[in-house]
Amino acid sequence: MTSESRITVDGLIKRFGDFVALDGISFAVGAGEIMGFLGPNGAGKSTLIRILCGLLRPSGGQASVAGIDVASDPEGVRRRIGYMSQKFSLYGDLSVVENLRFFGGIYGVPRSALDGQVAFVVEMAGLQGREDSLVATLAGGWKQRLALGAAILHRPSVLFLDEPTSGVDPQSRRRFWDLIHRLGADGVSVLVSTHYMDEAEYCNRIALINRGRLITLGTPHEIKARSVAGELLAVEAEDVGRAIAALREAPGVRNVAVFGRLLHVVVDDAAARASELKARLNALGMAGVRTERILPTMEDSFVHLVGRAGRSPEGAA
Amino acid sequence: MADVVVEARGLSKRFGALTAVDRLDFTVRRGEIFGLVGPDGAGKTTTMRMLASVMLPDDGQIEIDGIDVLRHPERTKQHVSYMPQRFGLYEDLTVDENIRFYADLFEVPPQVWRSRADAMLTASDMTTFRARLAGQLSGGMKQKLGLICALVHTPGVLLLDEPTTGVDPVSRREFWEILYGLRGEGVAMVISTAYLDEAERCDRLALLHRGAMVHCDTPAGLKARMPGAMIEIMAADPRPLWEIVRTLPGVKEVLLVGTGVHAHVDDADRRLPEIEQAIGAAGVAASRIARVSPSIEDLFVALLELNGKRD
Ligand SMILES: Nc1ncnc2c1ncn2[C@@H]1O[C@H](COP(=O)(O)OP(=O)(O)OP(=O)(O)O)[C@@H](O)[C@H]1O
Ligand SMILES: Nc1ncnc2c1ncn2[C@@H]1O[C@H](COP(=O)(O)OP(=O)(O)OP(=O)(O)O)[C@@H](O)[C@H]1O
Ligand SMILES: [Mg+2]
Ligand SMILES: [Mg+2]
Repeated sequence: MTSESRITVDGLIKRFGDFVALDGISFAVGAGEIMGFLGPNGAGKSTLIRILCGLLRPSGGQASVAGIDVASDPEGVRRRIGYMSQKFSLYGDLSVVENLRFFGGIYGVPRSALDGQVAFVVEMAGLQGREDSLVATLAGGWKQRLALGAAILHRPSVLFLDEPTSGVDPQSRRRFWDLIHRLGADGVSVLVSTHYMDEAEYCNRIALINRGRLITLGTPHEIKARSVAGELLAVEAEDVGRAIAALREAPGVRNVAVFGRLLHVVVDDAAARASELKARLNALGMAGVRTERILPTMEDSFVHLVGRAGRSPEGAA
Repeated sequence: MADVVVEARGLSKRFGALTAVDRLDFTVRRGEIFGLVGPDGAGKTTTMRMLASVMLPDDGQIEIDGIDVLRHPERTKQHVSYMPQRFGLYEDLTVDENIRFYADLFEVPPQVWRSRADAMLTASDMTTFRARLAGQLSGGMKQKLGLICALVHTPGVLLLDEPTTGVDPVSRREFWEILYGLRGEGVAMVISTAYLDEAERCDRLALLHRGAMVHCDTPAGLKARMPGAMIEIMAADPRPLWEIVRTLPGVKEVLLVGTGVHAHVDDADRRLPEIEQAIGAAGVAASRIARVSPSIEDLFVALLELNGKRD
């Protein structure tokens, strides 16, 4: 691991009683890098983030953040990082600026610097015009940008965001990601977990975690290219349930998954199979069948990589 | 219509000067999944609360299974299961104990809820955690447990407020299969969601904005209402594309979507070659330029725009 790494994690283990929540995780994050954490519920993403924030002691292995060992100096780590938890809390009966001043105090921002920092955060998070609004009256997207603002008041060089955009509407999520990119451009290292696959595309690199293990690490492009074994066809058919059953039995078909109103079908050879599959569905009396070769999306990769033993991840009808 | 299960007429709710829900009219039929979508604060939760009779409207009427909800709130309780946006789990009870608690509360016979809970725990990959305290579950596991608790009792009407927030993509698929199963049994469902792929899976959608219904139709019907067309342009780095395309004539809106942009244009045949040329002239590499059918997200942006309702 290079000296430029802001976060280094080496063989990290966390046990809760007999349960192994993290099972030997290693990776490194560089300055200004935006690293996304994906993985099914219970994979260990929040546990890992809490350890890296110095909030939870590891059971084994090592991790350092901003050059400080998380096990031996958790307080030192906490002073240098920003953290927005899965359930961030703001004070509803305080205004935007009052919340920021309050969190500035908690993070130990010197009084002399506080006004300047609050102004910086208000501008950065696009909260101008709402400085005096009570937080309880703000829509979800505003609250979430304020929570991010509170986490960067002390200008940390490493930022941990645990599902920061959960339940927020698409346009607000987009604005939020613009903010993350601005921070990255300023050299802040950002580690962010999400269940929105479109957001995964906005990360420089992605770590996919499953059952406490890192199962793949790479750029979004690399992960998509390596995870889907074959080529992909999008198939549109009216009777989705019957189409799935018919496609599963067709030669050359490796996997069928539902994506909204479309089916994503992994085949050995897209060019050759497209017309075959269409003919097969037509022969069953299905009209309006369309097929198109597509590139795998991040959700395709997720479904294929995380597909659990003994169950069909695509959830057939 | 005989199979209308939920009917709202002129439903309104004000908080002081704010109109949170503004004269909504809609019906939900047996075996229909009715989606409420709209930006944060659009009034989805407030609407659900009134349907669940945990909040009284200021104006309007609600009928569920022919019963006037405002006049007889207690009589509809057995017809409705409501999963609030923040579901109340008992953190000091185990997964199994929570399910049992809700099953008892709704007087679901053990043989019914046991098999249902088994199936849903399997679908959410939680069977090995039945004895774990709810307080020790991960965020998404808590959400899934809340959904299971709300579904152990399945009356004629299900109200689900953002049930899959924080739930991973594989489990979300499984839950939609469960919802489709319930639809097959004739359950009427009202569901709000911030995931637009889920909106696409609903039978009908109500697009809410500042409490009012902007549009209500099937996903396909809504798409047909979108004026103009969508052009998709893919590139390894979509940001430069976005910068260029948004300035071109005939382009109303450009959205970044993962590894490309969606441009909403007035006329695809005319603008596609123009866009292609402008991108080429700027020296930006694009891997694909094609007319595509709009996504639900494209549609919402366009429809809100059309109605002059952008913030
Ligand atoms: N008890 C209340 N008192 C005052 N205002 C309220 C109350 N409940 C909701 N509001 C306001 O009513 C509006 C609609 O809120 P609602 O929670 O129904 O929106 P929503 O569509 O569910 O949003 P989200 O996507 O963030 O969950 C918002 O402006 C909200 O701030
Ligand atoms: N205090 C605890 N005691 C016992 N088990 C725990 C405790 N905290 C977490 N766990 C378990 O560790 C595992 C990992 O949880 P974690 O919260 O890290 O998952 P996650 O990847 O963040 O999931 P989600 O996507 O749902 O947020 C889960 O099985 C969880 O139940
Ligand atoms: Mg988590
Ligand atoms: Mg809500």
